[in-house]
Amino acid sequence: MKVADHAERAKVFNEDEKRVDWHDETLWFVRHKRDLATHGIPEWEELREAGSQIKNHTLSNLNQYLQDFEKNALAKGTVIHWASDAKEHNEIVLELLKKHQITEMVKSKSMLTEECHLNPFLEANGIEVIDSDLGERIVQLAGEAPSHIVLPCIHKKKEEIGELFHIHLGTPKGNADPQLLTEAARQSLRNTFLTRRAALTGVNFAVAETGEFVVCTNEGNADMGAHLADIHIASMGIEKIIPQRKHLGVFLRLLTRSATGQPITTYSSHFAGPAAGKELHIILVDNGRTRQLARPDFRNSLKCIRCSACFNTCPVYRRSGGHSYDSVIAGPIGSILAPNWDMKKNADLPFASTLCGSCTNVCPVKIDIHEQLYKWRQVIVKEGFVDPKKAIAMQVMAKTLASPTLYRIAGKAARTTLKYAPFMVNNKFNAWYLQRDMPEVPKSSFGEWYSKNRTNND
Amino acid sequence: MKVALFIPCYVDQFYPNAAIATLQLLEKYGCDVSYPKNQTCCGQPMANSGFGHLTGGCNRNFVDNFKDFDYIVAPSGSCVLHIKDHLHDERFPAEAKKIRETTYELVTFLTDVLKVDNLKASFPHKVGIHQSCHGLRGLKLAQMSELTAPAFSKPVHLLNMVDDIEIIDLDRVDECCGFGGTFCVAEEAVSVKMGKDRVSDHVLHGAEYITGVDLSCLMHMEGLVKREKKVIKVIHIAEILNGGVQ
Amino acid sequence: MTSREKILNAVKDSQPDLLPLPDLSLFYPNNDSVEENLKNFISIAERIGAKVYQVQNHSEIMTHLKEDLDLEGKRIVSAELDAIVDEYTGTDNHDLADVELMILPVHFGVAENGACWLDDELYQERLLPFIPQHLAFIIKKENIVATMHQAYELIADKSYGFGAFIAGPSKTADIEQSLVLGAHGPRSLRVFVV
Repeated sequence: MKVADHAERAKVFNEDEKRVDWHDETLWFVRHKRDLATHGIPEWEELREAGSQIKNHTLSNLNQYLQDFEKNALAKGTVIHWASDAKEHNEIVLELLKKHQITEMVKSKSMLTEECHLNPFLEANGIEVIDSDLGERIVQLAGEAPSHIVLPCIHKKKEEIGELFHIHLGTPKGNADPQLLTEAARQSLRNTFLTRRAALTGVNFAVAETGEFVVCTNEGNADMGAHLADIHIASMGIEKIIPQRKHLGVFLRLLTRSATGQPITTYSSHFAGPAAGKELHIILVDNGRTRQLARPDFRNSLKCIRCSACFNTCPVYRRSGGHSYDSVIAGPIGSILAPNWDMKKNADLPFASTLCGSCTNVCPVKIDIHEQLYKWRQVIVKEGFVDPKKAIAMQVMAKTLASPTLYRIAGKAARTTLKYAPFMVNNKFNAWYLQRDMPEVPKSSFGEWYSKNRTNND
Repeated sequence: MKVALFIPCYVDQFYPNAAIATLQLLEKYGCDVSYPKNQTCCGQPMANSGFGHLTGGCNRNFVDNFKDFDYIVAPSGSCVLHIKDHLHDERFPAEAKKIRETTYELVTFLTDVLKVDNLKASFPHKVGIHQSCHGLRGLKLAQMSELTAPAFSKPVHLLNMVDDIEIIDLDRVDECCGFGGTFCVAEEAVSVKMGKDRVSDHVLHGAEYITGVDLSCLMHMEGLVKREKKVIKVIHIAEILNGGVQ
Repeated sequence: MTSREKILNAVKDSQPDLLPLPDLSLFYPNNDSVEENLKNFISIAERIGAKVYQVQNHSEIMTHLKEDLDLEGKRIVSAELDAIVDEYTGTDNHDLADVELMILPVHFGVAENGACWLDDELYQERLLPFIPQHLAFIIKKENIVATMHQAYELIADKSYGFGAFIAGPSKTADIEQSLVLGAHGPRSLRVFVV
């Protein structure tokens, strides 16, 4: 169990209401841009359906597609590695670097390497890693984890970034101009790109038919790193496979419109083999994905293309911040992925939702996120990862609601205090009153009124 | 047609006027309405908390009370969605299936089954509509802002038949208010912030009333409004459609 | 058992029964118009921060570039205008670090998102479009397709080692969602439609 759960972390985040407003409005603006972009495509819903079905199909034939991908990539001179878990993935990376006597590596955004905790592992083994995505670089300098999978430092104000850059990159103190700060990062990282012999990137899509993979960035950092290095390592989860190149047409149309409202990322780079004289390695990682594939209720979470639309639309995420989830991937999708990795540690996450369903509606591959949140709650309770006091209260409620007599007795009490209302079953039953009043108590309940005013059909 | 009234527990105890308005509306349109007295709850509070396996008794009680009607109508989207998605009874599987198919939230029943095309009601106020999530995204009472699809709204369709009403626009047409069942206490801080933000949107646009199909959301927002001593009021849509404030 | 076998076996045991691929024919309508595609391409490309010029010949391109950019004493490299500026023939791409302007032909453009496709059939060095301070593309007017579906039809069976869709200049909005052009790649992109 976590030291603090999502609710407690969210409470801390909410102590500064102005900041919550800023975080909420910044992300709502991204959701708004997403709406403008998607509403401009008349066939958008058909596109989502196509994306969903391609992914469903792929998961149903993944064994074959992985082998096709491997065969076709090998034929182009790419080296393929397989990693069952995070540890094996990290060791493969370290071995490759050691073999080439490389002690410094540049990395572009890869949520998988966050999932594997690659940076601390490499640093412990004497390898310096520099994250090159601006947002990732900012959180790296701050010693923090990304709070959002597409906008890693969206929790930070520009003044905080200005201070960070003043300390680490020598920008003028008190200057928080995004243009100036971005320029400082550009200059600093350009030198990094030009001096690193190894680059690691993530993978957005990998095509079984051709053995190529696609990396999408706006900044150009993946390409700057990969093309200037002698060795390019690409880390991918096994669920990134799609069958054919033409399917990229569907996914590249969906991805960035859902993510930021752009029609496409600036760069969609297709790596189909190493450049002359260089090495290209792909690490195919399981790390719990086959376990999720085996759960019929949850397997389609593996369709996720990491667009973050569900983060931006989530009213809870926007008002609790990415760090409140204390998970590599926050937000609604993180809340259905995380219990698969560690159910006990992440038992709080499926409850960090009102089940409003907006996440499911924006998902470009139609993952039924809010329904999986509901299903995870059932699994987590059955597995016993729930407050025992809550479990007892629920037993009492079940008994009361199954019996009209008990219910009538409880109902009378409930009218004077919300303590016994069904949604109050929680050890913090006073929480309603902290910032809310209760409804005015009517003279009689509807049931009582009905008995006096209607005599039919009793 | 024989219609059973399903009145959610908190509506029964705290908002009898909404239940009365629901009953009177259905009677006005010629329904033979009954209120099965031994009804309790749909079981959603337990199921949404992860205790769906404890809802058997609740389900059986629901089936016993409601199996002999043509339709079941409730002034709540959330409870209706729960019944439609999760009601099962191993004793009467066919009856449970029929109940799932014939349980309606009030607005949908008025527009889709009774096909109401005129109302005798007047409500000379500025009104903001709160789109409760389960009614909206679960029961499809209106078009959802996330989708690329033609606009429609069953509540607006009905409210447009009310004289003198002015429906105001919102900045965020269908954002969740943060009630969320046990979420409202388990995640108190976020729940309250969500509710405050929803209320502010209505206040900003000059609404005198917030209306909607779910009193759970309205009760949550009313609790915040009263604590902050704001003047805006909440009212269930049934009360407006039934003629306005009595 | 190797990890490869372990993973493949676990996938085989866990994957559901085969589901069909969807019919995508809806996305391939036959109503393409060169003028319509060009108009949309220009409007979207400019919206995402590129500048688009319609020109008759290569000398017009150089005139525009000299007007727009201060190129005095700066290094210009091109894969097409070899009579006017340097063609890149180096072997260590690190020596491209000081290129101010890169002028490159592209295969085709995409109207719906303002992207241009290029691959190593045109030039072997993959770094060319990423490293200069400013980038210029040359595209033929008739080589603009409507959507990404049509784009992938053009390269469906093509064999390349590297290819990319590039749409607009390098950009970031990581700091408070403020858009800044020129993150790590080119600060500007000009597209010359011939």
